[in-house]
Amino acid sequence: MPAPLLRSGAICKTYQMPDHRARLVLDHLDFTLGDGQIVAILGKSGSGKSTFLRILAGLVPPSDGVVEYRGHPVGEPVHGIAMVFQSYALFPWLTVLGNVELGLEAQGIAGAERRRRAVDAIDLIGLDGFENAYPKELSGGMRQRVGFARALVVNPDILLLDEPFSSLDVLTAETLRGDLMDLWDARRIPTKGIVLVSHNIEEAVEIADRILIFGSDPGRIRADIPIPQPRPRAAQGAGFRQIVDQVYTLLTETGRDGRRGAKPEPIGIGYRLPDAAVQQLSGLIDNLSEPPYGGRADLPHLADEVGLGMDELFPLIETLQLLGFAHVSGGDIELTTAGRAYAEADMLARKQLFADALLKHVPLVVHIRRVLDERPGHRAPAARFLRELEDHLSEEEAERVLDTVINWGRHAEIFAYDYDSEVLNLENF
Amino acid sequence: MEQRWGLPLVAWPRRLRPNTWDLVALPLVLGLLALIGWGSLAMSARYHVGQPLVISLDPWRLPEYALRTVLRMAWALIASLIFSLAYAALAAKSRQAEKILIPLLDVLQSVPILGFLSITVTGFIALFPGRLLGVECAAIFAIFTSQAWNMTFSVYQSLRTVPAELIEAARMYHLSPWRRFWRLEVPHAIPSLVWNMMMSVSGGWFFVVASEAITVAGQTILLPGIGSYIAVAIEQKNLAAIGWAVLVMFVVILLYDQLLFRPLLAWSRKFQPESSASEENVRPWFLIMLQRARLFDLVQAGLLGINHGIDNAIARLSRARPPFSGRRSQPSFERLYDITVLACALAAAAWLVVFIRAHVDAAEIGWVFVLGMITAVRVLVLIAVASLVWVPIGVAIGLRPHLADRVQPIVQFLAAFPANLFFPVVVVLILRFHLNPEIWLSPLMILGTQWYILFNVIGGAAALPAELQRAAQNLGVRRWLWWRRVMLPAIFPAYVTGAVTAAGGSWNASIVAEIVQWGNTVLTATGIGAYIARTTAAGDGARIALGISVLCLYVLAFNRLLWRRLYDLAAERLRLD
Repeated sequence: MPAPLLRSGAICKTYQMPDHRARLVLDHLDFTLGDGQIVAILGKSGSGKSTFLRILAGLVPPSDGVVEYRGHPVGEPVHGIAMVFQSYALFPWLTVLGNVELGLEAQGIAGAERRRRAVDAIDLIGLDGFENAYPKELSGGMRQRVGFARALVVNPDILLLDEPFSSLDVLTAETLRGDLMDLWDARRIPTKGIVLVSHNIEEAVEIADRILIFGSDPGRIRADIPIPQPRPRAAQGAGFRQIVDQVYTLLTETGRDGRRGAKPEPIGIGYRLPDAAVQQLSGLIDNLSEPPYGGRADLPHLADEVGLGMDELFPLIETLQLLGFAHVSGGDIELTTAGRAYAEADMLARKQLFADALLKHVPLVVHIRRVLDERPGHRAPAARFLRELEDHLSEEEAERVLDTVINWGRHAEIFAYDYDSEVLNLENF
Repeated sequence: MEQRWGLPLVAWPRRLRPNTWDLVALPLVLGLLALIGWGSLAMSARYHVGQPLVISLDPWRLPEYALRTVLRMAWALIASLIFSLAYAALAAKSRQAEKILIPLLDVLQSVPILGFLSITVTGFIALFPGRLLGVECAAIFAIFTSQAWNMTFSVYQSLRTVPAELIEAARMYHLSPWRRFWRLEVPHAIPSLVWNMMMSVSGGWFFVVASEAITVAGQTILLPGIGSYIAVAIEQKNLAAIGWAVLVMFVVILLYDQLLFRPLLAWSRKFQPESSASEENVRPWFLIMLQRARLFDLVQAGLLGINHGIDNAIARLSRARPPFSGRRSQPSFERLYDITVLACALAAAAWLVVFIRAHVDAAEIGWVFVLGMITAVRVLVLIAVASLVWVPIGVAIGLRPHLADRVQPIVQFLAAFPANLFFPVVVVLILRFHLNPEIWLSPLMILGTQWYILFNVIGGAAALPAELQRAAQNLGVRRWLWWRRVMLPAIFPAYVTGAVTAAGGSWNASIVAEIVQWGNTVLTATGIGAYIARTTAAGDGARIALGISVLCLYVLAFNRLLWRRLYDLAAERLRLD
């Protein structure tokens, strides 16, 4: 039996923490990409899906485990695997043609041949006429077409796509995706397999043969859902909606330990709090409590209605769950009694309800408040809490979580914060 | 294949065939080459220390002198360019090297530029015995030191901030390290490098003038150039000659600006990821010629060919050798390395102290610190006075976009103009009105550098969003409240940048501004600049080292304690975004 196109075995990735402890971000990922497959990877932000894609590409070395491309280990970028980037990653000083030719030039392919292949790739992806334009002259959609042309011109076996459509508006993304799928389905490109990292559930269900759902902390494959339906798939078809519902359920319902249907366990101080603004939370609760939902909504429907993508909506939903304002099951979200009370309260009462919920459900807020209460001057530098968070989270994540909790705490008037001195305090209380 | 005289006739690519622009370009380039050749020959003329070099005050000799000065400038610029790329690349690629190179750069930056000249000139003369080249090199080195450091910092910053996805793309598409450097890292660095180069050259004119008349162990060597011309004019009290020199300098700087920097700036925009809104679309005529004339395509094709050849050779080499993977240095090795570096630094410092103490007593060392304090007070007062004058004027100009567009190039030009050309005029005035040199020599220090404050304030005021201005108007914020709550905070970041540059320049200028001459009359202001100038003229090694070390310490202390903090404050709180 020939070696699979791309295989990863027991991939682990750990990062060194400032205190030399190791933090696990990817935990034993086993994955095989077969010939002719499109695999989409979905997961919350911070689940390490982008890191995993870079390990497959040979850009980031795994701490443990192997990546094999047709049986050969991948230790660094290899010929045969090309990548398309979220922010296009085009060289601004090179023209469209120059960008597309660059990969061929690096392979040492001579001038005339190089030119011919680049022009062919540009024509294929629908960029003819723009050969001599600089990227800054092009719209986002056109730029990403250059990104695709640059990847396709080297005739890759495997295309790795890192959220290639997420910087584009909905219509542009749809057009580009459609064009790519036309090329793929008509076998006009030599590519044998595609791995797509996405945060758009509909997009994944529309084009993938398989969807991998990543769990967070540490990142691992929680589910592997095959999609047997032939493309193109009608977005309103019953089968399509069913899979979308299933994916939503998987992404929202499970407990943090990955057991399906488990009740969320109490969280610790170092929990990676989701990135949610209070205004947005209020807006979402309002939306949920009003018609047509009346307190209960189908998640895909709600996402459509409020116009938020998965990466924006999920942190809000997780926060509502954390604070006990809502409950999610079977791809549906329902306001709890506390949530309904919040929806009916006026601005001041909402503040109080929010504060109560924080003190009841978020240990970090309780911890900060206790430290401030105990200190004689009721003041503590933010850096103190940052250090504590860094025991559990990466430097970047720790800062983000502290920012989030400071915003919540200020809104709820549980504590105050002085930006200039970076000190948390209980002034004016 | 077609043949002629037994050789295959290679098709001449269409884009390399000559066109009408070449009629202009070809003579220009050939003439330029001839001038460079002639000037370079003259640089290596025979010479022995002690032999007098005669500088004529005949205005007709000025173009020749100007050319020699310009060539010095050009060599220094080329050297700075190569140095900055190599040094920054090393610092950005190797963590070990970075630990030494970056602090070293920080210190080098605070060494007064004319200090380098006093330290290095004897060494350079020894390097080329019997030739003028040694002295030329010393002068070029002095100019180099006025440009290289900040260009290097700019390249280093750029190399550190190459977008991660671009690096990943370069790796994904198998660019070799050499190609990655030239196709990704250098292009990314170009916009800020060109801008810094322009700023450096502005500062460089000051030092080119100051470094041509070099005093080595009591012997004054006058290198043919505008600076020496001025020196002789001062000696002979010839105001008319100084007028001619100013005129020629004016033309030279104008040409440099038109032929070099306008085209370079326009060209460097190509390397910016996004076109900025304020981008002027006028392309300088010289750039148009460069881009249209086929001659330059030929040159470009040649250069690209060479680069390509090197790249292929490297690629072949690296293919032969398997690439190393994931080398990570041991923590213990790193600690050892840190300790060694620290020990070397301490040893060097100790040696310096011993060397100075062997020749100079403690009382004098203390006195030099007092001198440094006096100069420091001068610099701060001057910055304050210049700010009081230029901030309101800069804001007034900056709020009128059309005026600002027209004034900015003029201010830039003023900043580039070597202020030391005007020193004699001030001296004459001081003598005429019997003014106190302790006070009235001080303005000389800021004569050339005050423009940075004006330039940056105009820029800062112009960048204030119109909406904020309207909002302030709408709320009826006026007069003092407007300054306090709207304008001053808005221009603060830009102002700090300008003030830092002005202060740095003033420290440097103190060496030439605290002692000035007119004929046989010498005016001195008490300060560390005068101390360094005097000891340099006397060739007193230990005292030169003392003076420069103390000045260095002051500059470093000011940077750390004052400017860095203001910078952080500006970056943290008063950013407009």
